[in-house]
Amino acid sequence: MTKKFPISLHFVLTLAALIVALYMIFLYAPEEMTMGEVQRIFYVHVPAAWTALLGFLIIFISSIIYLWKRTQSADELAQTTAEVGFIFCTCVLVTGPLWAKPAWGIWWTWDARLTLTFLLWLLYVAYLMLRSYLVNPGRAANLCAVVGIIGFVDVLIDYMAIRWWRTQHPQPVIMGGPGSGLDPRMTATLLVCWGAFTLLFFLLVRLRLRLAGMRRELSEIRHVLAFKLSED
Amino acid sequence: MPPQDHIAKPVLEVRNVTKFFGDLAALKEVSLGLACGESALLYGPNGAGKTTLLRMLVSLARPSSGEVLFGGRNIERDGAGAKAAIGFVSHATFLYGELTVRENLKFFGSLFGLSDLEKKIDAALELFDMRSREGVFARDLSRGLQQRASLARAFLHDPSFVILDEPFTGLDSQSVKQLEDLLRRLPEQGKALLFSTHDFEQGAALAGRLIALKAGRVRYNGPLDAAPFGSLGIVRAAGPKN
Amino acid sequence: MSSLKIIWSILVKDLRVEWRNRETLASMCVFGLLIVFLFNFAFETANEEALRLLPAVLWVAIAFAGVLGFNRAFASERENACLEGMTLAPVDPSLIFVGKMLANLLFLGIAEVVMAFAAALWFNFSFLPALGELLLIAFFGTMGYAALGTIFGAIAANTRMREVMLTVLQFPIAFWILMLSIDSTGNAMRGDPDGNWFGGVARVAGISVVFTVASFLLFEYVLEE
Repeated sequence: MTKKFPISLHFVLTLAALIVALYMIFLYAPEEMTMGEVQRIFYVHVPAAWTALLGFLIIFISSIIYLWKRTQSADELAQTTAEVGFIFCTCVLVTGPLWAKPAWGIWWTWDARLTLTFLLWLLYVAYLMLRSYLVNPGRAANLCAVVGIIGFVDVLIDYMAIRWWRTQHPQPVIMGGPGSGLDPRMTATLLVCWGAFTLLFFLLVRLRLRLAGMRRELSEIRHVLAFKLSED
Repeated sequence: MPPQDHIAKPVLEVRNVTKFFGDLAALKEVSLGLACGESALLYGPNGAGKTTLLRMLVSLARPSSGEVLFGGRNIERDGAGAKAAIGFVSHATFLYGELTVRENLKFFGSLFGLSDLEKKIDAALELFDMRSREGVFARDLSRGLQQRASLARAFLHDPSFVILDEPFTGLDSQSVKQLEDLLRRLPEQGKALLFSTHDFEQGAALAGRLIALKAGRVRYNGPLDAAPFGSLGIVRAAGPKN
Repeated sequence: MSSLKIIWSILVKDLRVEWRNRETLASMCVFGLLIVFLFNFAFETANEEALRLLPAVLWVAIAFAGVLGFNRAFASERENACLEGMTLAPVDPSLIFVGKMLANLLFLGIAEVVMAFAAALWFNFSFLPALGELLLIAFFGTMGYAALGTIFGAIAANTRMREVMLTVLQFPIAFWILMLSIDSTGNAMRGDPDGNWFGGVARVAGISVVFTVASFLLFEYVLEE
């Protein structure tokens, strides 16, 4: 895959996509009726949320592959995705209040997207904490894979449960719920932003994976040295 | 759980095993085998990798590369047969402090699915002279008595492979002698014994084979009497031992 | 069946160990009682507002008392490497999971009875009219919660900050078990105005079964070296 899509090309594409996205956010998309300029945060807030979700899906799949095949690279992918996904997830939680306060006068609301993202954020934190606090790092892959799988099952349950919960305790839909009637230019901007964010996400993951791969090579060299030296 | 197949005489094997703890190589390309009727002494300085190797034989540690086999089958995939045939004693006693000696043995016996459990517990306790203390809580036992209780636990299921990591630690001289007599009989009973100890002469009196481990590598693996003690750094006492 | 015998053996062992110590169960009950007391004191008794909060108060108390118990469940195994000792035997790790989960379930269940009793007393509320439904919700909710607590307890036992790690794992993932249990309990306590008691119980049961099965299947990887 690296040969077909070198990181340099990926980088250029991501940069281009981000520039186009920026243009569309500020110059192409029309101003929203009630909220004004601040609504443009929506174009960052929503794609970041989708990307954070995608991140955990990748963690889920890598975790299953690791437990099944025991390939080190699956574990590295899970760890890397967790780190990058965490950043995107935090981004959603930060842009949320930044948007909500000027637009609706409240800092926070437990709408479907924010609730799901917050719970997802807690899962990312738990996953990353587990990696950091293990006494024996050799067990990290196994244990994190288990948490990755149970965590994703939880994400699915979160999605269904939140939707059910909102039927019981309905809330006025304020933060752009489904079918809230977007101008086609807004939809186009949203999609472009989503594409740009996904490209950015995978770029960061690849860069981080390269680092992990280098670390692994270094470790292997150290292992060979440990063999050669101490020959007594 | 079918009884151990003494007829087929399975072999406990380690093939080209390397174990890394971070960047430290605890074991380097270690290969050895143990068959029924053999008794082997695992000897080496502190940090040589003896405990790591012994733990690997009972699935308490996983090799970074290489395999551990029992009867030709990798114990990672098919470990039940190995576990049913091996008795293991280590620094940790694996006993619940809140339970009595007998209750501990009863619990472990049930995990092994043993029939006639009460009789087997009696036999194991007799073997290590713990009958009189079977009702004592494990946390109230002295270190030496805990070691004997742990030995009783290890022998409870009549294992054909006995693997002991410094089993004489904490034992008084009488218990040491009793354990030595017991271990000496194992090969003729068709069992296999692999143990480590810091007292070379004591080990030499019990074992036919020597496995010398140093810095994670096997330096020697063969008949004990023929070992090149000098190059292995082992100093033997001159003359017969009492 | 030998599997059932082994599960029973592990369960009895945990009960016996606890009986000799009596630390876990006592601290769970006291902790749960304290939380119920705190909330009861903060709000006026026999007040409509207070009663609306009662399901949440109870389940929060259960949640915290539970985490306390789950942490201790693996503490006793740590002392003489007993958890490793169990893996020396040719026992399917999943059976160890079931045995320990049942022990956790039992202890938490006993603590729940104590808390419910105190709550009924202090809030002047009788749980008897809806007892059957409440017992079902309590059983399934606690089962799912205990299953997660068991596997996360085993995972957290490998970390430096065990209690914190267990809590950080447990609460986000068990969140909906707690929420749905609170919701169904509230519904039951109000006498089921919608007449849909089965839905409430089914939701709690469904989510708990999902998590219990997932924990059961994944436990062996937690014990693996």
